[in-house]
Amino acid sequence: MTRAMAAPRPFRLSRLAGLATLALAAFAGTHGALAAGDKPVLTVYTYDSFSADWGPGPKITAMFEKTCGCVLKFVGLEDGVAILNRLKLEGASSGADVALGLTTDLIPEAKATGLFVDSGTDLSAIEVPTGFTDPVFVPYDYSYLAVVYDTKAIKTPPTSLDALVNGDPSVKIAIEDPRTATPGLGFLLWMKAIYGDQAKAKWEKLSDRILTVTPGWSEAYGLFTKGEVPMVLSYTTSPAYHEIEEHTDRYQAAPFEKGQYLQIEVAAALKGSQHKKLARDFLAFMLSKDVQSIIPTTNWTLPVLPSVELPKEFQALPKVDHPIFIDPETVAKNREAWTQEWLQAMGRR
Amino acid sequence: MAAGDGPALTGTARLVPRAPAMTRNADRRIRIAIGCAAAAVLAGFLVGALAALLLATGSLPAVASLLEDGYIRAIVGFTLEQALLSTALSILGGLPLALALHRARFPGRDWVLRLFLLPQALPVLVGALAVIAIWGRSGVVSDAFAALGLPRLDVYGLPGILIAHVFFNLPLAARLMLAGLDRVPAESWKLAGQIAMPPLATFRIVEWPAIRTALPGAASLIFMLCVTSFTLVLILGGGPGATTLEVAIYQALRYDFDPARAVSLALLQIALTAAILLAATRLGGDPAGGFGLGGDARRYDRKSRARDVADRTVLVLGIAFVAAPFVAVLVAGLRANLAGLVVQDAVQRAALTSLCVAAAAAGLSLVLSTAVLLAMEALRPTAAGAAGTAPALARHTLETTGSLVLVVPPIVVGAGWFLALRQVTDVFAAAPYVVVATNAAMAVPFIVRIVGPALSEEAQRTRRLADSLGLFGLARLRIVDWPAMRAPLGLAFAFALAISLGDLGAIALFGSQDFVTLPYLLLQRMGSYRTSDADGLALILGILCLGLMTLAERGFARRRRRA
Repeated sequence: MTRAMAAPRPFRLSRLAGLATLALAAFAGTHGALAAGDKPVLTVYTYDSFSADWGPGPKITAMFEKTCGCVLKFVGLEDGVAILNRLKLEGASSGADVALGLTTDLIPEAKATGLFVDSGTDLSAIEVPTGFTDPVFVPYDYSYLAVVYDTKAIKTPPTSLDALVNGDPSVKIAIEDPRTATPGLGFLLWMKAIYGDQAKAKWEKLSDRILTVTPGWSEAYGLFTKGEVPMVLSYTTSPAYHEIEEHTDRYQAAPFEKGQYLQIEVAAALKGSQHKKLARDFLAFMLSKDVQSIIPTTNWTLPVLPSVELPKEFQALPKVDHPIFIDPETVAKNREAWTQEWLQAMGRR
Repeated sequence: MAAGDGPALTGTARLVPRAPAMTRNADRRIRIAIGCAAAAVLAGFLVGALAALLLATGSLPAVASLLEDGYIRAIVGFTLEQALLSTALSILGGLPLALALHRARFPGRDWVLRLFLLPQALPVLVGALAVIAIWGRSGVVSDAFAALGLPRLDVYGLPGILIAHVFFNLPLAARLMLAGLDRVPAESWKLAGQIAMPPLATFRIVEWPAIRTALPGAASLIFMLCVTSFTLVLILGGGPGATTLEVAIYQALRYDFDPARAVSLALLQIALTAAILLAATRLGGDPAGGFGLGGDARRYDRKSRARDVADRTVLVLGIAFVAAPFVAVLVAGLRANLAGLVVQDAVQRAALTSLCVAAAAAGLSLVLSTAVLLAMEALRPTAAGAAGTAPALARHTLETTGSLVLVVPPIVVGAGWFLALRQVTDVFAAAPYVVVATNAAMAVPFIVRIVGPALSEEAQRTRRLADSLGLFGLARLRIVDWPAMRAPLGLAFAFALAISLGDLGAIALFGSQDFVTLPYLLLQRMGSYRTSDADGLALILGILCLGLMTLAERGFARRRRRA
């Protein structure tokens, strides 16, 4: 059988093109379905694990839509930094009414854009460690960074940053890169808050224990749960996920003597919003008992409303008496220099 | 032997219009025009994104001043070092594997060949974790070492980066070289068998010239893929000592929100790569173009025990190296609640979306690449002379344009198009189109390299005959070019599907709830503790990809009929 004998099969570009058009039309169709009759649409930019099926997003949508006479639409972006960047890209003409999921470190930068308005939200009922408060940015949950360890591999976890820095270099930890990931930046600040000018030397020492520095939380945590590394930089609340969803107490957070670094998440309304009242209502709703009580087991963070009763798995987590926190203005001023210092300390290997 | 007549003859007698409607020059000009238009669309897609980003943020790039920065210089050095080493290792490892795969016939060979396409469909994070499951501190190899009382492996750093890059790219190199070997006409093998050519001479005279045609394409492709590596380099690099330009670009656009710096760094990356690629095209051989009737090739090598043993060793090692991480994916995936995942609405929707995106992107990519390729052929000087440097330069420019998309960072393209599109339309509705366009553009360099050599060899063989028969226009496309391209297009289409299925680049920037692909869903689950779901999704993605590739191969396979 030679090629010469085979009748060439006619070449059907048109069929291929038709298929492609059909496929694209199918996407376009799903978008059309979103347009929501006469009801106003409140658009909230958030990070995608918040708006995902298993996150708090869908539940909040169902509850809020019952009373608001509106359609609540979450847009899930990568993380807080991505939300702020998207708003910067869009400027005053952004389609967003609310931004939800920035960390406090981003507040100076967010304020400098001039895109946000005062929340007008009553913050008297909530309690945030360090007493953080702001007229524009509404804190709706918080969490503490922690070294999470595998009890199958580690019997005596570190009890302080010192113990972590000076511990056995063959027992490794995976951390996140402060240039690309929020927890990575948080850990950089934690080291700075405890060690100040000595931070560089301590990083040099710690670098022997660092297995690798990953671009985001997912990669580091993936290495950890796959058993490649016995410690990972994550949150005090991480073990609660494994307890509640996987019924295992294998992974535990190590409480540190001088406390844990605090990460507060905030939401704010945008100046350019067409639905200012709805946006304000939504911010207030985020602090309601209904929302606050689903936060722990959907977002795996701690609620800001003290009257919320935590599930028992959360009660077992390390209690933090000393929140460690560098104020956002100082962070904004020094982030670049501190990152450079970190690069020099870590790059020497 | 069924046919003594040339490849085009039987068809032409029936199909050529009596009075050729088109002259040779008109045909050539049309091909060049369409190809240039396709290249211009590609270039416009990329340049447009960069320009939109600069215009909308009112900033100017400053590439030269970047190089005064010691940090950037160090990054550039490391980027090139790891990319060159990764490329060299992938090619050196792929060469014996391609030779052995071409000689050996064994059950399951087809599946091995498909497996070799699969790394392209693996989201990088999944691939990295799979490589670590084999080569990491508590990986299979380390466990074996520990059982023997040896120290565990510590691959983090350059060795880890190289292992991961070779895992992703060695199979690619092997497949491209194998495609080169597949183009050797049946007559050459028969002749080599008749004169009982010894293995070394077979390599020198038959195999090497065929592989050499595929080499520059494979090397440049792998180099580009490694230059832009980001997640792998960070995870396996062990620390910020291993930082590539792509990381710096990401940092500039994300944390520092400095579009001018991001674009400058992107331009630096493009310029460096373009310089290296243009230098590499000089190393390439011209098409080998042995004469043949296009029969199915069979080899008639002399029996050699030593070579059989060597082949078997190479095959076992090579296939084990490529397959082991997939076994890790399979084992982890089977532990997940697969049945539970498959019935989830979100998973089904994501799978369907991924299928549509992959099919549309691969189709679009095929059309664009074919146009570019036909123009490149039309620009090739004919044997009669009349060669000039201008067409050669134009040809290289076309090829390079078709390639550089791989080194334009997706975060920059995404941000640029996001800004441009929001002036005119709803970006959420546009997201699928941008993702399809990006994936299509990404696959063009692969397709050009797979189909290009086959097309130019066929053209060299049939050009004068076709010219003298006055075979131009669509008829020439149908009778001469299509049969030559068909089999390699099948492989190219499978590659394009795999690339699109595994891609995450553009989609994350648009963040629409109604447009979620499988890798995106996988990453979302991974990002919220659901590691086991992610394992299951990786397996589903792999199966889907294998299935699609098998279908694509069948669709493009020559229809077999009894003569």
